Amino acid sequence: MGLASRIIPCLDIDGGRVVKGVQFVDIRDAGDPVEIARRYDRAGADELTFLDITASHEQRETLVHTVEAVAAEVFIPLTVGGGIRAVADVRRMLNAGADKVAINTAAIHDPDLVRAASERFGAQCIVVAIDAKRSGGSDTEPRWEVFTHGGRKPTGIDAVDWAQQMAAAGAGELLVTSMDRDGTRIGFDNALNQAISERAGVPLIASGGVGNLQHLADGVLKGKADAVLAASIFHFGEYTIAEAKAFMAEAGIEVR
Amino acid sequence: MRIAVIDYGMGNLRSVARALEHVGAREVAVTDDPAVIAAAERVVFPGQGAVRDCMSALHQHELVEVLHQVAADRPFLGICMGMQALMTRSEENEGVEALDIFPGTVRHFGDRASAPARLKVPHMGWNRLYQLTTHPLWAGIEQDERFYFVHSYYVEPASPDIVQGESDYGGRFAAAIGAGNLFATQFHPEKSQQPGLRLLTNFLSWDGEPCS
Repeated sequence: MGLASRIIPCLDIDGGRVVKGVQFVDIRDAGDPVEIARRYDRAGADELTFLDITASHEQRETLVHTVEAVAAEVFIPLTVGGGIRAVADVRRMLNAGADKVAINTAAIHDPDLVRAASERFGAQCIVVAIDAKRSGGSDTEPRWEVFTHGGRKPTGIDAVDWAQQMAAAGAGELLVTSMDRDGTRIGFDNALNQAISERAGVPLIASGGVGNLQHLADGVLKGKADAVLAASIFHFGEYTIAEAKAFMAEAGIEVR
Repeated sequence: MRIAVIDYGMGNLRSVARALEHVGAREVAVTDDPAVIAAAERVVFPGQGAVRDCMSALHQHELVEVLHQVAADRPFLGICMGMQALMTRSEENEGVEALDIFPGTVRHFGDRASAPARLKVPHMGWNRLYQLTTHPLWAGIEQDERFYFVHSYYVEPASPDIVQGESDYGGRFAAAIGAGNLFATQFHPEKSQQPGLRLLTNFLSWDGEPCS
């Protein structure tokens, strides 16, 4: 089979600027999404994900312009997430040039949103983002719960069940973030990803916890992820996309 | 040079227009006006979403007739749903009659008997493209180059002769088809970075003949 596992750098956007700094060596403006997107495009990133962490409505308008500016110059797929609450939000992002839109909290509050958006625009552009935390079970059969609001609010919903429900409702892809691992740099929660990947039937992007290249390879080999998402290891110049791909290829993973 | 990118309300069409402009196209019109489409020198027929909505939007915008007209006589590039809509019919949405410009059927990946295990659907990501011909649109693109795909259905042309390139997802499938002045890709050249932009560049200079 020829389908490559994807590497997706993730950029946090606030008010039209990339935050949490991207430290390429000779970058002109470390906060400019277009400049950074262009760099990652040239470096061989397979897709880009922009997560809007802006709270205010006015700044959301800025995001639309950011997406337009990036899409005019970068010809790889672009996913936009954060604050998507209605079908109209999905349409605006797609019209601005996003290829996929990630829906997170709104999917919990309004499960019909995923169905409606998917019927309207196609499953291929609807990503459901799931933030999950381990919630007991045994070592051999762990369980995970869906959280919202950046991992602060529990929902009581089982993450694996939720993933299956969202795929059935029309999600074309799942972005699964382990809230236990996010920011820890100790690797993905591969048990979580594997449990979802084997049941949901749609592609899975693993997120949360990457600290080195072995973690990326493990995400595919152990977690059965179709794509691996990472932020800091690339932004801070610890590893290049090319190094990540060479490492994964060495581990027997097909990459572009 | 006037290029019409057909707009029938199905998704992110501006990416296609932007990519065409990026590789040097001038006068790219994203349009649903049959007169503008009929007057265009080249036509790009993109699209994503569901085929039932696609066909009903084409009927609603009164674009079926002009599509048949331009597909007959000038360089024409279908992309993704714009490829599937060229076939006779699709199995999506319990069966939908499509434009019937190419005899053949559109089928779901989930039903593939050739797949060794259950396939994840959509087929999403960068897959290899095996060129079966030396079509002018492949000029300068390496054999087995990767392109970006995202689709749940694939085309099965009645005639294997029109298959210009294949990819493998639970078995080979037609990733590009073409005959005469028509060419269509299941992958998204506008999202396939350098090789995709090269294909669009080739399209801009293509005279509509299948052989150079």
